[in-house]
Amino acid sequence: MPASAATVLDALGDKTRRSILEKLADGPIAVGALADQLPISRPAVSQHLRVLKDAELVVESIAGTRRLYRLNRVGLMAVREYLDRFWETTLDNFALLASAEAETDEEEQK
Amino acid sequence: MTTDSAAEVEVARSITVPLGQAKAFDLFTARMTEFWPPEHSIGASPFAAVVLEPRVGGRWFERAADGAECDWGRVGAWEPTSRVVLLWQLTAEWKFDPDFETEVEVTFTEKEHGRTTVYLRHRNLQRYGEQAEQMRAIFDSPNGWTDTLNRCARLAESE
Repeated sequence: MPASAATVLDALGDKTRRSILEKLADGPIAVGALADQLPISRPAVSQHLRVLKDAELVVESIAGTRRLYRLNRVGLMAVREYLDRFWETTLDNFALLASAEAETDEEEQK
Repeated sequence: MTTDSAAEVEVARSITVPLGQAKAFDLFTARMTEFWPPEHSIGASPFAAVVLEPRVGGRWFERAADGAECDWGRVGAWEPTSRVVLLWQLTAEWKFDPDFETEVEVTFTEKEHGRTTVYLRHRNLQRYGEQAEQMRAIFDSPNGWTDTLNRCARLAESE
């Protein structure tokens, strides 16, 4: 069940959370490392990560004793689905034009 | 989702049309204006033409009725009558970004006389996952990019 658009928008409405996502774009990262790169405390980072997780923008995994966070790909999948529908429409339009073209050719040959 | 973030993401679709290969190739590359969904314009007004310059490195752009042009991307491969690769340089917000690139490969194969299969792959979509702001745009308009007209005009104004 995907997170609601409102949850996602709320999560993205915060500047710190957006900068967390930008850092995660480079690859998975641990909470401690994130806190080192941001002007906020580690508990604050954890809190932001929880909001991002609820919005399904990030996912966590355990690597040894560390908890790693990475970008979730729900947003990307939305883009993919959109483009899939887009190309379906475009190719359908193309096929209609091609059929019309084929009919014109036939008539010209008659 | 557990997919590796480095993995390639793509869309693949095919359709068969009642035309010979050369004719199908010409129709797709030279008459895009006639089949491109008209709501997918990035200009200030609906496009009057979608233009593909028929050579490697050629521009791919839309032209408005007043002559204004908005770039969409470039031609990456030009192999008439079997294959064309278009470099789609539109972000998730339908803005042209010269530093952003995905790839649309279209092949044309005449499987029997007068019937050509057009196979389209839109590759490297994982690159859309790299920008949080773009994700936001998607969730902002779940029905697509129909409310993003004027992108190109705004871009021009801000320069």
